[in-house]
Amino acid sequence: MSVQVVFLWSDVLLFVLIAAIVALALWARRQDALRAAWARVARDGMAMAAATVLGVFVLVGLLDSLHYRPRLDARPGEPARYAVEVNSALDALLVDLRQRAEKTYSAPLATHLYAKEAIGDSAQRDFPRLKHGGSHLGADFSGYEFDIAIRVSRGCAGGLVAWLLLVALWCRRREAGIVAMLRGEGGGAAVRAVSLTLLPILLLAGMAISLGGGYHVFGTDKVGQDVLYLSLKSIRTGLLIGTLTTLVMLPLAVLLGILAGYVGGWVDDLIQYLYTTLSSIPGVLLIAAAVLMMQVVIDTHPDWFATSAERADARLLALCLILGVTSWTGVARLLRGETLKLRELEFVQAAQAFGVGRLAIMGRHILPNLMHIVLISLVMDFSGLVLAEAVLSYVGVGVDPTTISFGTMINTARMELAREPMVWWSLAAAFGFMFALVLAANLFADAVRDAFDPRSST
Amino acid sequence: MLAYIVRRLLYAIPILIGVNLLTFALFFVVNTPDDMARMQLGVKRVTPEAIQKWKADRGYDRPLLWNSAAVGSATLTDTIFFAKSVRMFAGDFGRADDGRDIAREIGSRMGPSLAIAVPTFVLGLFAAISFALLLVFFRATALDFTGVVLCVALMSVSGLFYIIGGQWLVSKVWHLVPISGYSGGLDAAKFLVLPVVIGVFGGIGGSTRWYRTIFLEEITRDYVRTARAKGLPERIVLFRHVLRNALIPILTGVVVVIPTLFMGSLLTESFFGVPGLGSYTIDAINAQDFAVVRSMVFIGSVLYIAGLLLTDISYTVADPRVRLQ
Repeated sequence: MSVQVVFLWSDVLLFVLIAAIVALALWARRQDALRAAWARVARDGMAMAAATVLGVFVLVGLLDSLHYRPRLDARPGEPARYAVEVNSALDALLVDLRQRAEKTYSAPLATHLYAKEAIGDSAQRDFPRLKHGGSHLGADFSGYEFDIAIRVSRGCAGGLVAWLLLVALWCRRREAGIVAMLRGEGGGAAVRAVSLTLLPILLLAGMAISLGGGYHVFGTDKVGQDVLYLSLKSIRTGLLIGTLTTLVMLPLAVLLGILAGYVGGWVDDLIQYLYTTLSSIPGVLLIAAAVLMMQVVIDTHPDWFATSAERADARLLALCLILGVTSWTGVARLLRGETLKLRELEFVQAAQAFGVGRLAIMGRHILPNLMHIVLISLVMDFSGLVLAEAVLSYVGVGVDPTTISFGTMINTARMELAREPMVWWSLAAAFGFMFALVLAANLFADAVRDAFDPRSST
Repeated sequence: MLAYIVRRLLYAIPILIGVNLLTFALFFVVNTPDDMARMQLGVKRVTPEAIQKWKADRGYDRPLLWNSAAVGSATLTDTIFFAKSVRMFAGDFGRADDGRDIAREIGSRMGPSLAIAVPTFVLGLFAAISFALLLVFFRATALDFTGVVLCVALMSVSGLFYIIGGQWLVSKVWHLVPISGYSGGLDAAKFLVLPVVIGVFGGIGGSTRWYRTIFLEEITRDYVRTARAKGLPERIVLFRHVLRNALIPILTGVVVVIPTLFMGSLLTESFFGVPGLGSYTIDAINAQDFAVVRSMVFIGSVLYIAGLLLTDISYTVADPRVRLQ
C-alpha cells in the first residue's frame, strides 16, 4: 500500500531538535570538561535508570511523529487519492488497538460493556458482550481466568526472552559475563542500571502486547477507544510541549540575558523592563489570554489548514510558542546575573584588552561559561511543562480538544468519577504514564544539575 | 525608607503601563473586535447587524486609539483604548458579558478566595519548613534520602490528581466532608478543610526540597561551625542560627506570593465549587469573556508588583544589615 508522507510542522521541529542534540553530543564528546560532567551523570545509577525510561518514552514519541496519509482505493486510471485522516507509524503498529473500538466504557480486561442494554428484542436488560474484548472466548467464558493467566505468563516469558537476548548481545560484544555485568563489575553502574530498568519495562510491554491481543488492557473510554492506545498517543504531545517550548524560550533567554548583562546601559534597562513586565503578569492568565486570542485567529482562518490534524498541530505549536514567550524571563534573569559576574573576570578583561569585539566576547567567552545554566534549566523545565499541559487543558486553554494528550484524557475522565460504579481506568492510566514520565524526567534533571552545577560538585 | 518606597512605587508605573499596553495589543490589535464577535456568535451564521450589536453592547464599536469623529478631548477619551484600558488604572473594569460590574464582583469574591488561599499558604509554609529542617537534621542518613525521594515522587504527580484523589477518598469513600460547595460564616469550615489539606499536600514535595537546599547551603557557613564548636546542640544550631540566616532566601520566594493570594487558586476553586476569584477567572476563560480576563491580568500584575515591593521591605525587617535607599 503506497502512502503519502506528511510532515507536520511539529514533526519537522522535533526531528531538527533530535539532530541538534545528536550534533551537540558529538561535539561534547571532544570537550574534556563536558565529557567528565556527562561521565558523572553516567555513573549515577538512578540517573541512568531514569534515562532509560525517558528513552522508551522518546522512542514512542518519535514513532508517533512519522506521519502519513494512507492511499484510498481508486479505480484504475484515476489519480491517486489519499485519506483525509493523518496516521503515524505508531498508529500503524497499534492498528489492532486503534480499530477495535467498543461501543462505550468497558473495564480493564472486561468481556462485557460497562452499562446494561436491552439485548435483542426482548425486554430483558443485561450487560452486552464486547465486540472485541474476550471475543475469542466461548459463549460461557469457561476459560476466562485460564486465558488471562496463559496470556500473562506468555507475555512475561516473551519479555524475559527479549531482555536476555539484549543482555547477551551486549555481553558478547563486550566479552563480559552476564552475572559480572549485573553485579556492576566492568561496565560500571550505568549498564547495570539500564539493564535492570529494561527488565520490568520489557516484562510490562510483553504482558501488554500479549493481553492486548484479546482484551482491552486498560479498558475503553466513553466512545469505546482503547485507553492504552490513548495513553501511548499522549506521550508525543507531552514530549513536544516539554521540548519545543524550551526551543522557543532558549534563544530569547540566552540572547537577551547576555545582552543585558554584558552591554549594560540602556540595553540592560530595556531588557529588564521587558522581563519585569512580562513576569509581572500571572503565568496562567497571560497564557490564557494569548491562547484565547490565538483561537480567534485560527477560527477566523479555517482555510489555512488542509486537514484537521494540521489545525490541531498548529494549535499545539502555537501553545508551545506562547509557553516559550511567557517563560523565558526566569532564565534570562539568571543568565543576566551570571554574565554580570563573568564580565568582571580576568579572562574577559584580557579579551577586551586584546581588542576582541563585543560580539566575539559574548559568543566565545561568555556563552560557553553559561551553558551549564542553560542545560540545567532546560532539563529542569521539562517536567514542569508536561505537568502544565494537563492543567492548561483543564482550564480550557491547552491543546486542541481533538489532540490526544494527558490533559484531555484527565479532563474527560474526571467527569466519569461520579458514575456508579466508578469509571476509574482512564484516570489511572493517565496517572501512571504521566507519573512515570515526570518522575523519570525529574530524577534525570537532578542528576544533570548535580553533575553540571559547579556549586554542587562536592 | 519612605523615599525608597515612593521611588519603587514610581517605578511600578511604567511596568503597569507596559502590562496595560500588552493586554491592549493582545486583545484588540491581534484580533479586531469583529473577529471576537464572530468567534463568540459562531462563525457560520453571523450577520453584520449581530456583530454591530455585540460590539455596541460591550462598547467595542469605538475606534481603537483615535476618534476623529469626536470633538475636543473626546478624540482621545472616546476610544477603546481609553475606555477599556486606561480606565483600569482608576479601578473601573467595566461590565462582564452577563452585565455585572466586574469591580463589584471582584470585591465580593475576594473573601472565599482568601479563606482558602491564606490557610493553605500558612500551613504549607510551616509544614514545608519543618520537614526541610527535619531532613537537614538527619542529613546524609537513610531518612534524608527517603525524604528526598518522596519529595521528588510527590512533585511528579499533577496537582489535578491530588484534587481528584482527595475528593474521591475523603468525600466519596469516607464521607467526611462534602465534595464541593461553599457557605458563609462558620459553616464554611467543613467546605474549606479538604481544599486546604489538598493544597498543602500538593505543594509540600516541591517546597520541602527547595527549603532543604537553602538550609544545606547555609550549614556549610563559618558561623555554623563556630556555633557547633562552642558546644551548641544541633537543634539550637538549626532552629536559632540556620533558620534565621536562611530567612533572606526564604523571604525572596515567599513574600512575593502573599499579595497574589487574593487571586485565589484556579484549580482548587473550580474543583471545589468555591465562588472565589480563581473560579471566576476559569469561568471567564471558558465563556471567553474577554473583559473579565483582561481585568484579572491587570489586577494580577498589580498584586505581583506589590509583592516585589513587600519583599524588599521584608528584607530590612529580617536582616538589619539591609538598608533601602
